[in-house]
Amino acid sequence: MTEIIWLGRGGQGAFTAAKLLGAAYALKGDNFYSLAFPSFGPERRGAPVRAFTKLDIKLIADRSETEKADYIIILDDTLYNDSLKNLLKSDGKIIVNSKREIGGNSYIFDGNSISEKLNLPTVNTVMLGAISALSEIVYADDLHKAIELYMPEKIQTKNKQAVDNALKEVCR
Amino acid sequence: MAKKFLSGDEAFAEGVKLARPQVISAYPITPQTIVVERLSEMVENGSLKSEFIHVESEHSALSCAIGASAVGARAFTATSSQGLLYMAECLPYASGGRFPIVMMNANRSTALPWNIYGDQRDSISQLDSGWIQAYAENAQEGLDFALMSYYIAEHKDVSTPFMVNLDGFVLTHTYETVDIPTQELADKFLPPYETDNRLDIENPKNMAFSAGPEHNFIFKYKEHQALLNAKKIITEAEKRFADIFGRKYTGLLETYRTEDSDYILITLGSIAGLCREIADNLRAKGKKTGVVRLRYLRPFPTEELVTAVKNAKAVGVLEKDISFGNEGTVFTNVNSALFQAKTVIPSYNFIGGLGGKNISHEDIENIFDLIENGAERVNFIGIEGGD
Repeated sequence: MTEIIWLGRGGQGAFTAAKLLGAAYALKGDNFYSLAFPSFGPERRGAPVRAFTKLDIKLIADRSETEKADYIIILDDTLYNDSLKNLLKSDGKIIVNSKREIGGNSYIFDGNSISEKLNLPTVNTVMLGAISALSEIVYADDLHKAIELYMPEKIQTKNKQAVDNALKEVCR
Repeated sequence: MAKKFLSGDEAFAEGVKLARPQVISAYPITPQTIVVERLSEMVENGSLKSEFIHVESEHSALSCAIGASAVGARAFTATSSQGLLYMAECLPYASGGRFPIVMMNANRSTALPWNIYGDQRDSISQLDSGWIQAYAENAQEGLDFALMSYYIAEHKDVSTPFMVNLDGFVLTHTYETVDIPTQELADKFLPPYETDNRLDIENPKNMAFSAGPEHNFIFKYKEHQALLNAKKIITEAEKRFADIFGRKYTGLLETYRTEDSDYILITLGSIAGLCREIADNLRAKGKKTGVVRLRYLRPFPTEELVTAVKNAKAVGVLEKDISFGNEGTVFTNVNSALFQAKTVIPSYNFIGGLGGKNISHEDIENIFDLIENGAERVNFIGIEGGD
């Protein structure tokens, strides 16, 4: 099972990203199973938010919050701290949206530059493109399909572009 | 059929839509809110032809549903936690009046301390209200219950309201792939509601009356019989469901590797999947472990449970409930069934998940270990010595 923890602040779309990744994976075929859920509880704008995506090629029985992740994706770099590595599997990776050095073995990705160029208020689909390029769990086509099915029509084009631009940036 | 990536609440709303309720009355409460939001959107955009009544409280939500059912309409409501408790006065009105209303309850802890997370103390406290009570394990089963519950509740041999329970957040707010049947097939499965138990000005009759001691007793006996009749109708509904939709369910309970199990964990709701996974892991280490998932608490699967566990060396009951001063109520029900059948097996109660506390892999491994090696009668998971 591949497990992803998303960290963001209320309003940044961490849960939307978790959900789109799960949907994109499930769209690959009948034997692709996924669960996506927010850290349970009240929702507040600006407050730290966790969301989870679990992906597997068999039905996922364990619905509890991920304790050891393959990837932790951080949308807001002020949420980074060294103890997050305790939530990683031994070969797990942390991907941070940031313009500065963070430390540890985190992979730094300047997602904001991409979303700003597209005039997108959220960086969630940019980071979705980044994880897709780094992990190859899902491909751009799968993410585009998920965006078409589960995002409001008027924001689909920009968000698909965000995925593509992030992919290009990682591959560069 | 269409596959969609939906939360448990959204999936349930899709199931309710397919059942074509004529009246929906509800008051929002976390974590149920999304079910009624989606249904209200469907009514607003015309994809569901139904009367949606925004009421001012849960007490009114169920009262409205009772009124609708009393004129022969198919009615739906949904609630959770304190909302269910506020509704409690009306629950026996619905069951005593034999109104086959369907309600979704999002299982959530009850105050105090105030808490919005999932446990099953809300619905289990209402086991004696005369309603059928079912517990889903995943969003698909939730959607399927939404359809099947009307078939069962409205059957003339049952005519009893039906409460479908979904674990708060773990099911209501978790997204997964769900198969949504077509309306055409749903209509084939579920015919329109027809009943003599309704206000009819052509054939006037007395309804929702009072009855003195002599007759009252007979009404209560008949209510009990109706719930027992539901066992047969549940089987009938599931066979019909499998024929039409191709998805099979296993009646009042679901067994997993129990045939040759020495140690069996009995549980209900969304935690069952993790229990099965741990049972598999332990099997790989040579332990003979199995799981029983109770799909219904009312009617209670008395005979089925005894058949499933009678050859085990010991059983445990894991539940998100406690009847303070005694033990978990599911445990009481399980022991009663075993005792009636003169099946004497050591049994231990494991209370977990209260107020939404996570139940981990290790917790379930420990539970199986305690079932094998002996434990207290009542054990609170993660609290040493219980104090």
